[in-house]
Amino acid sequence: MSALLPSIPAIALVGVEVSFQSAARTVTVLSGLTLTVAPGEFVCVVGPTGCGKSTILNVVAGLLSPDAGEVNIFGAPLQGVNRAAGYLFQADTLLPWRNARDNVAIGLLFRGLSPRAAAEEAERWLARVGLADAASRYPHQLSGGMKKRVALAQVLALDPKILLMDEPFSALDVQTRHLMENELLSLWSTMQKSVIFITHDLEEAIALGDRVIVMSAGPASHAVADYRVNLPRPRDVEEIRMTSDFVELQRKIWLQLRHEVRQRQDASDAA
Amino acid sequence: MQRDRRKPRRLWPYQLLLFGSLIGLWYGLTEYELLPSFFFGKPVLVVTQLYHWISSGSVFRHLGVTILETLIAFSSGTLLGVGFGMWLGLSPLAAALTDPYIKAMNAMPRVVLAPIFALWFGLGIWSKVALGITLVFFSVFFNVYQGIKEVNPILLANARMLGASSHNLIRHIYWPAALSWVFSSLHTSVGMAFVGAVVGEYLGSAQGLGYLILQAEGVFDINAVIAGMVILTLCALLLDTGVTLLERRLLFWRIDSAPEPR
Repeated sequence: MSALLPSIPAIALVGVEVSFQSAARTVTVLSGLTLTVAPGEFVCVVGPTGCGKSTILNVVAGLLSPDAGEVNIFGAPLQGVNRAAGYLFQADTLLPWRNARDNVAIGLLFRGLSPRAAAEEAERWLARVGLADAASRYPHQLSGGMKKRVALAQVLALDPKILLMDEPFSALDVQTRHLMENELLSLWSTMQKSVIFITHDLEEAIALGDRVIVMSAGPASHAVADYRVNLPRPRDVEEIRMTSDFVELQRKIWLQLRHEVRQRQDASDAA
Repeated sequence: MQRDRRKPRRLWPYQLLLFGSLIGLWYGLTEYELLPSFFFGKPVLVVTQLYHWISSGSVFRHLGVTILETLIAFSSGTLLGVGFGMWLGLSPLAAALTDPYIKAMNAMPRVVLAPIFALWFGLGIWSKVALGITLVFFSVFFNVYQGIKEVNPILLANARMLGASSHNLIRHIYWPAALSWVFSSLHTSVGMAFVGAVVGEYLGSAQGLGYLILQAEGVFDINAVIAGMVILTLCALLLDTGVTLLERRLLFWRIDSAPEPR
C-alpha cells in the first residue's frame, strides 16, 4: 500500500521542542522530535514512562503549541486546534449527563448538524461499534469497554483524516482489549485514516501498527528508532502474536526499548 | 444499591420506638415535675396548642408568609449565585479582582445584616427575603464557582477536539457541570433560605412563624414556643423532601440516584 501513497505526509513534525515551566525549573519534554506519518498509515509510538508520548499527541492535536519546530498537517502549518484530527484520550471523556447517543452526537452538533440528523448519525455509529442497544444508556451504566466504544464512535463520527489515540485501551482487561484492538483494525481498514497510537505495550504496538517508533527516555525525548512492521493484513491481534516474524521483531525492538527504560531507571535513581 | 434501600425499611420501627420513648420520658419528667414544666413545657399541652392553631386556621397565615419568604429568597439567591458563580468561574481576572471582598463577605456572620435590612426594607417580608438571599447566595455561588473551576480539563480538551466553540463549551460543558453542583447544594441553600426567613421574623416582624414564636416567648408560653418549633421542623423536612425529589429527577445521570437502565 505504501508505494501508492502520495508524497505529502499527513503529519510532519520537524525538530519539535516542548518545555514546561514548573515552579523551580524548566523541564524540556520533547527535543528535536522529527516524525512523519503518511496518509492512511498506522504508526505506534512506544517509550518509557514519562518520555512525553502524550505530549506528541497534544502537539499534533493543536492543544499545545511547540516552543520550537514545525508541525505540518497535509503540508500546511498547524494553527490552533487541528480540525483534521480526532483524539481518543486515555481517560474517560464522555459527558456523564448525556446518554451514549447524545455523547456521540455532540461533535456533530458542534459541526452544525441539526439535532435530529446528529442523533440519527450517532445511532448509525453506535451500531458500527456494536452498541446499537445501548444508545439510551448513561455513561455510568456502561462498562469500561463500552465507554471506549462510545468514545471511539464519537471521534469517528466526525470522519477525521487523522486519528490520535493515547493508550486508549490500557484500562481494559486483556480480553476486552484484544476485542477492541481487532475492531479498531477492521474499522481502520475500511477508511483511509492516518493514526498515531501511543502505547506502553510493545506487543500492542507491533500487532496494530505499520510502523513502531521508539522514544528515548525523557527528559528531552525524541524518536530513537523507527521499525517497519511488515506483517500481513488483515491481522488478528491474538493470532499474530504467535507468528515467528512477530516474535523476532518484538525481540529486536525490545532490546532497543530496554536500553531506554534502563536509562530512565538510572535517571530516576540518580534524582 | 438494593441493600441501601432496604436498610431504612427495616429500621423504621426502631426509630418510631426511639421517638416514642423520648416523648414518654419528656412526659414523665414534666408530669411529675422532675423537670419544671414552666421551662420545659408538656407534650400534651404542645399538642393541644398545635390543634388550636390548626383547627382555627390561624397558623396557616404565618406559615404561608414564612414559606413565601423562603421560596423568594431561595430562588433569587440561587439565580444570583449561579449568575455570579458562572461569571467569576469563567473570568479569572474578575475572580482575582473580587477575591478578597468575596472572602471577607463570606467570613462575615451575615445574620448581623438582619437589623440593617429591617431598616432598609422595613418590617415586611422583604427584609427577610434580603437576609435569606445573602445566606443562599454564598452557598450557591461558591458551589458554582468551584464547579466551574473544577470541570475536568480532559472533558474540555475533548470537546475542543470535537470542534466546540467557546459558546459551545459554556452551554454543553460548563453549564451542566455547574448545574450539577447547584443541585447538590440545594439541600443546604433551601435550609439557609428558611433560616433567613425565620431569623428575620424573629428579629422584627408582624407575621410569620418566627413572629409566632417570638410572641409566645414574650408571654413565657413555652408550649407555644415548642409547638412553633415543631411546625418549623416539619416544614423544613417537607422542603428537604421536595428538594430530594427534584434532585432525583434532575440528576438522574448520577450513579447514586440513577434509575434502573431502561
